[in-house]
This record gives sequence, structure tokens and C-alpha cells, in this order.
Amino acid sequence: MTVELTNYVMLSAVMFFIGVVGVIVRRNPLIVLMAIELMFNAANLALVAFSRAWVNNAGHIFVFLVVTVAAAEAAIGLAIVVAVFRRAKNVDLDEVAGMHG
Amino acid sequence: MTAFYVLAILLIASAVFTVTQKSPVYSVVGLLTNFLVLAALYFTLNAEFLGIIQIVVYSGAILMLFVFVIALLSSGIGPFSEGPNRLPRVAIPAVLATLVAFGFLAFGVLHTPLAPTTPHAASLGPVGTANVFGSVADFGVALFTVQLLPFEVTAFILMVAVIGVVLLAGDASPQKTRGSHEKSALKSAGREPIVKAGR
Repeated sequence: MTVELTNYVMLSAVMFFIGVVGVIVRRNPLIVLMAIELMFNAANLALVAFSRAWVNNAGHIFVFLVVTVAAAEAAIGLAIVVAVFRRAKNVDLDEVAGMHG
Repeated sequence: MTAFYVLAILLIASAVFTVTQKSPVYSVVGLLTNFLVLAALYFTLNAEFLGIIQIVVYSGAILMLFVFVIALLSSGIGPFSEGPNRLPRVAIPAVLATLVAFGFLAFGVLHTPLAPTTPHAASLGPVGTANVFGSVADFGVALFTVQLLPFEVTAFILMVAVIGVVLLAGDASPQKTRGSHEKSALKSAGREPIVKAGR
């Protein structure tokens, strides 16, 4: 018996919203970045599942692009964390609110 | 079917573990498990190249970056290994709002026909065989012919990321940089006659 597309999409949605809760609730910038990675991967799972259901390659190419964007995002996000930490000596996202207005 | 449910439970459990851990190092371990399980799910979905990419790029490169930053920042400074661990005031409203949003999304997913009504499984084959849907050859042909523009955009994004990281995390103190430049200029000035004499 094959697994339906709906199961994959629902699994992807659950994983995405776990990532959303992580981004909103956590105050450690590294864990927030990891939750963002979770959200990227949830979207990737939905793309691969749709790609398989329609037997169309475009979803795979899109996942390739998303992986690249995720790598760039992680690199730049971690560089920002390092730069902010060097200046502020602090890692709480609530405390680092210099551009809050 | 059983494999899917086992993988799904592992995926969700590792995602929850990642988000709820106090120390970022444990979160990295949870994220690693999550990525490996996701790679297995990709294999079940005939996406063998993406499964390999998931292991090599995510588990190999991106998570190593996280581990390096944790190692760099946690040395000698107390709070980083633990991190701020009080529960913020937004926690309960955030979870409730997220559940409502998930409800809407689940309603949409369950009440919309997602898959084609007439499945064309002609080009589907077992994972690992050549020239079926999702194999490395299939992906590569698509990447270098029809989808060449996304491939080039990928290269550009990586270049932008490299430049951005060097600008952001590079040595940000111009005073020290100028000093080292002067020193090296002095050194080269001192060495210049020797070079000339050598000619």
C-alpha cells in the first residue's frame, strides 16, 4: 500500500509549525536559526512529495535552490550572531534590540 | 506504510527535541537526527539525489557551521552554553496562534485534491536504478538543460553569501588593520634593497 500525498503534506505542515513555534518562543539566536532550518526542510519535504505525485522534476530543482538559500542564510545568520556577540557580549534576542526603535 | 509512520514519528520527535532543548549543542544533535530521517524520507519519495544532498550539505556543512559557531562563542563566556532559558511571555499565545494557523492549513490540505486524478507511474522505478524519475542522471539532465537558470542563480547566491560573511564577520577594527598594513609596508621597504641587489 502506498502512502498518500496528503500524509506527506500534513507531516510537512506539522514540522513547519514546530519551526514557527521555535522561532517565536525561543530567545537563543542559534536555536532560532535552527528552527528556521526546520521550516526550510518542511517546505522541502512538501516540494519533494508534490514532485513525486506529479512525476515532475521541477520540484527537485526547487529543493536544490532552497538548500542553497538555506546554506547562505545559515552562513550569514551565524556571521551576524558572531558580530553582534562581539559587540554586545550578549546572546538574548530580547536584550539585543538596538534597532528596535 | 509502516516505514512512513516510523519515519514521521522520528521526524516530529526530533524537531520537537531541537526546539525545546536548553543548550544549543543538544539542539544540533536533534537537528542532525531530523535531517537524516528527512533524507530517508526523500529516498522513499524517489528523490535519491536530494537525499544525498540532504546528508552531505545539511548534515555535513550547515550543521558543522552551527557547531563551529557554538564552539567559538561558548568559550569562556557562561551564558552561551546555557542560553536564556526563561519562558517568554509570548509562549502560550504563540502556541495557540500557531495551532489555529495549523488548523486552517490542515483544513485546506484535507479539503483540496492535491494529487493528479490519473497517476502516471510509467517513469517511476526503484530508487538506485539509472534513468528513472529522481535518479542522479535524471536530475542532472534537468539541471543543465531545462533548469539552467536556477542553477546559475544558485552560484550567484553562494557568491553573495561568501562576500556577505566576510564583510560581516571579518576583522571589524580598522585601527588594527591599518597597523598591520604599516608594519608589513615597513617590512617590505626593508626588504626592497635586498631584492634589488639580488637583481
